[in-house]
Amino acid sequence: MSGSPFAAPLRPLGARGYAICLSGIVWRELLRFVQQKERFLSALVRPLLWLFIFAAGFRSALGISIIPPYDTYVLYEVYVTPGLAVMIQLFNGMQSSLSMVYDREVGSMRVLLTSPFPRWWLLFSKLIAGVVVSLVQVYVFLAVAFLWGVEIPLYGYVLALPAFILSGFMLGAIGLVISSLVRQLENFASVMNFVIFPMFFASSALYPLWRVRDASEALYVACLINPFTHAVELARFALYGAFNPVACAVVAGTTLVFFALAVIAYDPGRGVMGLRGGPKGEAS
Amino acid sequence: MTAFRPLPSPRALCAVLTGSLALFAAGAAEAGMAYVSNERGNSITAIDTDTLAVTKTAKVGRRPRGIIMSPDGKAIYLCASDDHSVQVIDPVSLKVLRKLKSGPDPELFALHPSGNPLYIANEDDNQVTVLDVEKNKVIAQVPVGTEPEGMAVSPDGKILVATSETTNMAHFIDTESFKIVANVLVDARPRFAEFTRDGKKLFVSAEVGGSVSVIDPATLQIIKKITFKIPGISKETIQPVGVRVTSDGKTAFVALGPANHVAVVNAETFEVVDYLLVGQRVWQLAFSPDEKQLFTTNGNSNDVSVIDVPNRKVVKSIKVGGAPWGVVVAPQ
Repeated sequence: MSGSPFAAPLRPLGARGYAICLSGIVWRELLRFVQQKERFLSALVRPLLWLFIFAAGFRSALGISIIPPYDTYVLYEVYVTPGLAVMIQLFNGMQSSLSMVYDREVGSMRVLLTSPFPRWWLLFSKLIAGVVVSLVQVYVFLAVAFLWGVEIPLYGYVLALPAFILSGFMLGAIGLVISSLVRQLENFASVMNFVIFPMFFASSALYPLWRVRDASEALYVACLINPFTHAVELARFALYGAFNPVACAVVAGTTLVFFALAVIAYDPGRGVMGLRGGPKGEAS
Repeated sequence: MTAFRPLPSPRALCAVLTGSLALFAAGAAEAGMAYVSNERGNSITAIDTDTLAVTKTAKVGRRPRGIIMSPDGKAIYLCASDDHSVQVIDPVSLKVLRKLKSGPDPELFALHPSGNPLYIANEDDNQVTVLDVEKNKVIAQVPVGTEPEGMAVSPDGKILVATSETTNMAHFIDTESFKIVANVLVDARPRFAEFTRDGKKLFVSAEVGGSVSVIDPATLQIIKKITFKIPGISKETIQPVGVRVTSDGKTAFVALGPANHVAVVNAETFEVVDYLLVGQRVWQLAFSPDEKQLFTTNGNSNDVSVIDVPNRKVVKSIKVGGAPWGVVVAPQ
């Protein structure tokens, strides 16, 4: 087939086409991930620093209480591991959103958004790509943690996969919405301050919620409404072969809401970008 | 040629099957139970060692501490310290069957391998009471050092060891003559003594000294003093109390009190190979008969932790009564 694109016949976008679109986006994200060795390294070093240094310092300072899903007392490094795994996904979700802002600035998003596939499918593919990358990081981290003595039952690694996929979707969807709001790459530092840090610290990742409640009821409520807490608890329960329905409902619900918001936000006619007249270099 | 024998009828087969099932069920009900004395709860708690769930809790005498079982598994002996008696408890109903003369404030005791007599440490009177459990008759009272506590009988039943907490000694007592034949000085506040199954080593824990002395009963020399070091936990917090050695003599487990850990020690090289996190103020230990499980009493967190012995993992912590102190598992 030759000639201008206008000559291409209009044909329905079949399932195969959707699959090609998805694999293209995922492949691009994976290539980008593989080529950015520093990104992988920093994604791994961050939680490992928490595990090796912070958790070692707090080893006996946490206080003792058995909370589900644990059957007995656990060392602090065992407690923080699920939270650190989901923290990797949090950073990854935000990093994907950073790449969206970057794509917008350099214009490669224009190529993506001119694709004939519906906008939601493009965003969904982008989300899947982010989740796949985050899963690689999470399981490498869990392997290093295992060597450090954080032994999780073998079935836990398998059972936690759906939990990590779901939490990856949720954090990616939140990242997408944020990326639609951030106009320039420079503004991304504020995402760190106003999104990543509050979500991570005001959660059950570093300390059990009963401990937070002892300190402040308001902080406890903040932790409870933080979807990151539920992502951590969903993963924590799954790693020990247990299911936390509340956490699952919150994570699934948050994913749907934020994904819907992202679809609206990226709709040039209706979304935030449309209202703003679109960022520089983008068609509105 | 063998004579022809008719096959048993289906009814007879059924009867045999039902009978053997009933026998099996009766055996299962007897074995597989751990019993915990709750010092502040004034009760004992029964735990099913298969399901690791509490099956029953019953009130007993005041301040129950030392707890052991008769070799046939038919009686639990319990030191009711504030009632100044040893109570004999039925393992099935957990009812107190009778009370034995123990002398004042009994804390720990040891039973002769034959099941009789019972050797009881009387902390306040600086003596050991030797009691015939069948006749409930005091056979002898042996004066020892100040505040006797830890008690152990050698596997051949010839030597009784009593540790005195203030004198810091392990007293070796002849079980025939009831005379002290030797004293071995150990570290401060010896709390517990345990012979290996072959009787060739004696482990004595020193709570304040933070060590476990391994004594050769033949030469009465200390072969080794085992010390402990846990990252992030101060030295003063490491207070060894309960000690158990596997019957093959290869591994020893030491409860480290407020350090909230149980040390796993290679009982041949005396190297500490691991520390397992359990509940608060871990005090006494007991193996299941197959030695696949080790139960620990955690006095301050009111629970019992269960250690998977072959894998050296704490698998569960079970809530029991107030301040669990001693634990014993029914023989098979």
